[in-house]
Amino acid sequence: MDFDLSDEQKMLADQARGLLAERTPYDRLRKLIDSGAEWDEQLWRELGEMGFLGANIPQEFGGLGMAELDLGVIAQELGRANAAVPFFSSIVLAADAIRLAGSAAQKAEWLPRLASGEVIACFASAEGPGPLLGQGTQLTDGKLSGAKHPVADAGIAALAVVQVGDGLALVKLDQPGVTRTRLDSFDQLRAHYRIDFADALAEPMPGAGVLATLLDRAAVQAAFEAVGGSEACLAMGRDYTMGRTMFGRPLAGYQAIKHKLADVAVAIELAKSNAYFAGWAAECSADDLPGAAASARLTAIKAFEMAARENLQVHGGIGYTFEANCHFYYRRERMLAVIVGGRGYWADRLLNAQPGAQGQTHSTGKAA
Amino acid sequence: MDFNDTPAEAAFRAEARGWLAAHAPAHELTPGLKIPDTEEADRSRAWMRELFDGGWSGLTFPKALGGRGLTGIEAVIFSEEESRYHLPKGPFTSIGTGMALPVIAKHGNDAQRAQFIEPTLKGDLTWCQLFSEPSAGSDLANLRTKAVRAEDGSGDWIVNGQKVWSSWAHLTDWGILVVRTDPAVPKHKGLTFFVVDMKTPGIETRPIRQISGMSEFNETFLTDVRIPDANRIGAIGEGWACCMTVLMGERLGSGAHRSGVEPLIAMAARTPAHDGSTMLDDRAVRLALADALAEEQGERFFQARLRTMVSKGENPGALAGMIKLAYAGRQQKALGLGMELRGLDAIAADPADSATADLQYDYIYSTVMRIAGGADEVLRNQIAERVLGMPGEVRMDKDIPFEQLK
Ligand SMILES: Cc1cc2nc3c(=O)[nH]c(=O)nc-3n(C[C@H](O)[C@H](O)[C@H](O)COP(=O)(O)OP(=O)(O)OC[C@H]3O[C@@H](n4cnc5c(N)ncnc54)[C@H](O)[C@@H]3O)c2cc1C
Repeated sequence: MDFDLSDEQKMLADQARGLLAERTPYDRLRKLIDSGAEWDEQLWRELGEMGFLGANIPQEFGGLGMAELDLGVIAQELGRANAAVPFFSSIVLAADAIRLAGSAAQKAEWLPRLASGEVIACFASAEGPGPLLGQGTQLTDGKLSGAKHPVADAGIAALAVVQVGDGLALVKLDQPGVTRTRLDSFDQLRAHYRIDFADALAEPMPGAGVLATLLDRAAVQAAFEAVGGSEACLAMGRDYTMGRTMFGRPLAGYQAIKHKLADVAVAIELAKSNAYFAGWAAECSADDLPGAAASARLTAIKAFEMAARENLQVHGGIGYTFEANCHFYYRRERMLAVIVGGRGYWADRLLNAQPGAQGQTHSTGKAA
Repeated sequence: MDFNDTPAEAAFRAEARGWLAAHAPAHELTPGLKIPDTEEADRSRAWMRELFDGGWSGLTFPKALGGRGLTGIEAVIFSEEESRYHLPKGPFTSIGTGMALPVIAKHGNDAQRAQFIEPTLKGDLTWCQLFSEPSAGSDLANLRTKAVRAEDGSGDWIVNGQKVWSSWAHLTDWGILVVRTDPAVPKHKGLTFFVVDMKTPGIETRPIRQISGMSEFNETFLTDVRIPDANRIGAIGEGWACCMTVLMGERLGSGAHRSGVEPLIAMAARTPAHDGSTMLDDRAVRLALADALAEEQGERFFQARLRTMVSKGENPGALAGMIKLAYAGRQQKALGLGMELRGLDAIAADPADSATADLQYDYIYSTVMRIAGGADEVLRNQIAERVLGMPGEVRMDKDIPFEQLK
């Protein structure tokens, strides 16, 4: 057993972290929000040039052919920086969906362009309040009708991977049958849209029964992203309290603060450990993936929840200002909390992966 | 990252598994069956002897000192395999192997190593830990038990004072003991470390009735106890460094008392709910069990990360305390949940239901994990200070000679 990132993975993380620290400081995030931008296009182009976007896409489709864990390492750094890029939509969900369910021609057509970042795809599944996988869209004879909302990054995407029932279809967004309406987004660094389909041309993907695996794999990446965000919150909270004097000594010296942040630190290490295992399982042990992804998902959300909330809390009033940096994570955390299905789905996924632990009424694992 | 055994590790696992299959079953305890503590002690000794004869003791201990000189990873593999059996293991023997031996190996001299290491590995010598006192627990260096040189010029030490919470002190052969030899210096500096034969005149142990109903720990009174200078471990005044060696072993080893979430899931599946469903179908129960299981997995993989660090020669330091903090709290919460999902039956079950009896006992015992071996709050301080680099606690006793403290 060697349960640690490889030296190459550590280098990859350093490289990504260095680039992001330079290119996307918090002031830049503030500017993006103020200007109503949908994304940080310049950063996205650079990530593409560095090869980060195609990290886990096979070489034959223009990627680097690296492992899930390598992508996880990058996701963690994107989470730490809170970067305003459609990585989760285009790479983690859409490209992976095409990889899992697409025909040879669909893969050849889209994966190279997604890997380079030249084309962006969004992932459309929800249909308003309720489950992640909506059931109201219809696909008949290559024509899609219905509405998906909210859909992240749809405004900058040329392609949508649309979940229809238990299957997936590809829809080009620049066509008469598609209407995109921008919604107010709680996460101010991710534009969200409503997409209406009126007999839009859609190409079904042939792969069946891949949704659960797609979500497992996405949950692993979401966990890495959450771990990165949590670590940023912990460091920010620590630094702030170290620098603030209270009743004649540093705020960081008070046990209420020390103990709170120690608990956050523990939660992060548990989540990170689960994410490592799940990243490994996604590549090397398909049987372990559902349970491992669920564990990573549950612990990472817990860690990020604590970290984002307590970071703002230890800042006091300044934490409630746009000028402080707590809010980026406070908002992003809620997005990650709902991005691949709720805790009930993942609790079932985890328990159902235990031998002999299938409940009688909740064992289908449907309705993420 | 490779989570599978390497070929060498797989071979080691197969060897361990084979040996255990042949030797462990005869030593197993019956789950749920309480046996007198003298019998438990005898059976622990017998298992130690079996391990020694089979070449499975002191796995990570240097060969020159009678161990096998293996890596931490191999020790993990062996304990994983060993934990498949319900064996008589616990503080009765682990204080010797996990605390006394490391401190003797690191701070002792050759004569002491020769005298104590092999007999301890064989189970011939068992140990208790005489550290805590009524006014010294988390603040261990506040201890008052004192040792002065005998006036007869023999170089012997005369010890007086009181220790408390001394697990198994009534049944073990020797004790590791820390005492104050110089009250004129600040508290951490005036301590010296000894090993003491528990049959020495002047040592009296009085069992304490615990909330579990058992009496595994004791008050230990020391009245004019004479200890030869040859039984001093390390230099005079070096007692605190010795204690640190012991406490590090305590933290790394303390995963042993873990009780898992899987049995609780199985129990939920066996517990009827309404309309023919089981408690495992209950939404609230499922969410809580899944949270506990996810955390437990996190602890397991975190442990694997730390063990990997150890095998690469890195020191996990205060990171080890993070695991202990996580599992102690998680365990108490999960066991409490286990009782709830069992319903009223959790309070008074059929005598044949050993799983519920275990649950009751484990819930009581889960309190220990949050107090002993670094209490939750103490660990949080350590994590904040050593992992996060936050300021140390305000200390009112710093640099003040012990005898001047109020
Ligand atoms: C079952 C059992 C077996 C034991 N076996 C042995 C043994 O064999 N040998 C031995 O020497 N000892 C033994 N101990 C003692 C154990 O090491 C102590 O209980 C432990 O060190 C805590 O000390 P204390 O009990 O004095 O509690 P205290 O130190 O008085 O702690 C009381 C409370 O105060 C908190 N606290 C302490 N310091 C701080 C701080 N700085 N800031 C905030 N909160 C703080 C603690 O977390 C705890 O919640 C055993 C204990 C138990 C329960």
